[in-house]
Amino acid sequence: MLGNVTLMEYLGGGRAVAGHRPWPRYSLDERGWREMVHQLSVSDWTLLGLWADGTEVHAALRDEENAAIAVASVGCPDRRYPSLSGVRPAAIRLERAIHDLYGLTAEGLEDQRPWLDHGRWGQSAPLAIVRGAPPSGPVVYPFLPVEGESLHQIPVGPVHAGVIEPGHFRFTCAGETVVRLEERLGYTHKGVEGHMAGKSLIDAARLAGRISGDSTVAYAIAFARAAEAATGTEAPPRAHWMRALMAELERVANHILDFGAICNDAAFSFMLAQCTVLRERILSVNELCFGHRLLMDTVIPGGVAVDVTREGSSILRGLVKELRKRVRRLADVYDDMPSLQDRTVGTGIVQSSLAHRFGAGGFVGRAASQGGDARKVPGYPPYDDLDFEVPVHPEGDVNARIWQRLEEVTASLALIEQILERMPGGPLHKPIPTRGGEGMALVEGFRGEILLWLRLSEVGRVVRCHPRDPSWFQWPLLEAAIEGNIVADFPLCNKSFNCSYSGVDL
Amino acid sequence: MISFLFGVFHTGLVLAAAPLVMGIVRLTKARLQGRRGASVLQPYRDLWRLLQKESVVADSASWLFRIAPYLVFVSVWLAATIMPTFTTDMLLTPAADLIALVALLGTARFFTALAGLDAGTAFGGLGSSREMFVASIGEPAMLMVIFSLSLLTHTTSPAQMAAYVMSGHVGIEVSAGLALAAMVMVAIAENGRIPIDNPTTHLELTMIHEAMVLEYSGRHLALLEAAAMVRLLLFMSIISCLFFPWGIAGPDSGLLEVLWGLAAWALKVGLLAVVLGYFETMLAKMRVFLIADFLGGALLLALLATIFLYVSEAV
Repeated sequence: MLGNVTLMEYLGGGRAVAGHRPWPRYSLDERGWREMVHQLSVSDWTLLGLWADGTEVHAALRDEENAAIAVASVGCPDRRYPSLSGVRPAAIRLERAIHDLYGLTAEGLEDQRPWLDHGRWGQSAPLAIVRGAPPSGPVVYPFLPVEGESLHQIPVGPVHAGVIEPGHFRFTCAGETVVRLEERLGYTHKGVEGHMAGKSLIDAARLAGRISGDSTVAYAIAFARAAEAATGTEAPPRAHWMRALMAELERVANHILDFGAICNDAAFSFMLAQCTVLRERILSVNELCFGHRLLMDTVIPGGVAVDVTREGSSILRGLVKELRKRVRRLADVYDDMPSLQDRTVGTGIVQSSLAHRFGAGGFVGRAASQGGDARKVPGYPPYDDLDFEVPVHPEGDVNARIWQRLEEVTASLALIEQILERMPGGPLHKPIPTRGGEGMALVEGFRGEILLWLRLSEVGRVVRCHPRDPSWFQWPLLEAAIEGNIVADFPLCNKSFNCSYSGVDL
Repeated sequence: MISFLFGVFHTGLVLAAAPLVMGIVRLTKARLQGRRGASVLQPYRDLWRLLQKESVVADSASWLFRIAPYLVFVSVWLAATIMPTFTTDMLLTPAADLIALVALLGTARFFTALAGLDAGTAFGGLGSSREMFVASIGEPAMLMVIFSLSLLTHTTSPAQMAAYVMSGHVGIEVSAGLALAAMVMVAIAENGRIPIDNPTTHLELTMIHEAMVLEYSGRHLALLEAAAMVRLLLFMSIISCLFFPWGIAGPDSGLLEVLWGLAAWALKVGLLAVVLGYFETMLAKMRVFLIADFLGGALLLALLATIFLYVSEAV
């Protein structure tokens, strides 16, 4: 019996919560949750997200066999719940974050150190129903212990030499070889979940678009889709196509810049200079066509706030043509550079099994044989109407991630052309009714699958909003990928992942 | 008297021209990447800016940290005064030879590495360890080049080497070609250029030379930067004086010949700067441990140059 149960068969026995769309949510008691943890150990169910809400903890799961998605919830009146970390290591940091924000303790979680809380909030568990007292005295964060005579540690960050986000990396090395990397994040914590509570949909959508600035379109779509699901509305068709158009532009711009930045980290700055020019072309076309270089606030709940004119459409077509030609030329340059490939091939390998265990999506997962893409599974409009392939690479090294991104650029450019060709007419926006409910959305940003869960009050205000950035499941893989590599290759690996700090620091 | 004047002028000239050479390399790279790039005078402005700034010294640093920039700068500058540029008729030229030059550069390197360790930061230690790793193969390679050249020209004095090469005693020589290749490789490593090291990177974990001087600021950093610029010019002068000495003025030359020597040197160095910029644009940095192979190759080439000399003599 074990292992053959589908997610729906298993959770379907529980108490379904009304008004959770589009996927069902089931309320479990503590025993049911424990059994689910046990079931997870024998089932191929991916953990999509784990978040808290008052005294409840929710876990979003996807059955990899039939792509069914469901949310399981457990109430924890005595402020503890059984941990998922033993069967899903991706849950470790999420459970630590839940503890910091909500004061709910995961029983059985080995790593009880704080994650987001650096002891500087002047309180603890700020989102709990009863907030805790601030820590007395300065907080010392114990890094994992290392023993051994020839080992030395290199602390890097949180302030870095380049203009990038802050994060601390603690390397333990034997000579030049990295024995262990430990990440410490949380430096850009800005209280997104707390700020979201009580906001109107419009204000909350603006905030959602600023959680991770380089994925603003993807986040805004995720928020809009969750809000539409919660209220049972559907955006007009043209809005879906407009959203996809801007999401693909965002994807292309980010992939191109990262491609240049990866090469630059191997001291090949030619590529960065060229790619910066290309990205700038996209951003200025964005400004011209949609009124914002990074496309912020163009996607709103119920639809989109901008339209593309006939003239804009022909500018975009020209841009796609130009990009296709120039990206291909740059890819040829990369392909013809043995000195560059010597650095990228075989560096920072992500094991396919590990990517699967962590449910890592995006180019990090796809460059390690994990083909998940939210545009295909579960799929959302207009992608179900569009013809596109999601490339996959098996090697899992920096080189594979570079090609993954370059091929995704090509695929996205083709998508943009299709969208421009076939975009339906009609209204851009539909008012959202004032109604309570719970909604969830899975949207493919350029890094991977963004999950956004939303609960609205009867007056249409946000009660709880939990955005789960794809980087939650990619950061831990970086720690694994660098092991056994030389420390000088870390920047290359890190840039090839380009995980979001802001997205996970919340 | 005139050799004294030439010596003084030369000493000032290498210092004054070094930032310009660096500026040419940077501008070449910028243009090849499709950027407009900063003016070739930017390195002068950078040095001036750094000289105006306060020097911040880590609490954990000792006196060594403070004096190291001066020692490094003086050693490199002194090494540069040995190497003839536009004339071989200089006061200091007979005083020291190429072996002394290697020793002076080694001294500079030694103090930079010590200073890197002194503040006790992880990056400084990383840089010093890598620098010593590079030096352990780079210095023998450089000495080997000098041995083969001195066997070829029967002297270790750069002025006499240049005179010997110009006198036509050296035809197209396999040994000289091999030695030149080895010298170029050593020069790239010594100056921390791509593919060995990236002087413009901000990534501490990949640095070699820059990691050692990360803790420096203000006038200390200005001195170390100036030393790096003078070192680059010095190596260009070595290559142009020993392998392509044509145009260089000898003793008892007239004013016209000296001026011609100046122009020829400027042309050669300018050309080398552009070539360096070109190759740096075309290459990515190599993995740290491949540096051993790279410099091992240089050492082997220099060794072959010496062996070829004996073989050709025996034939």
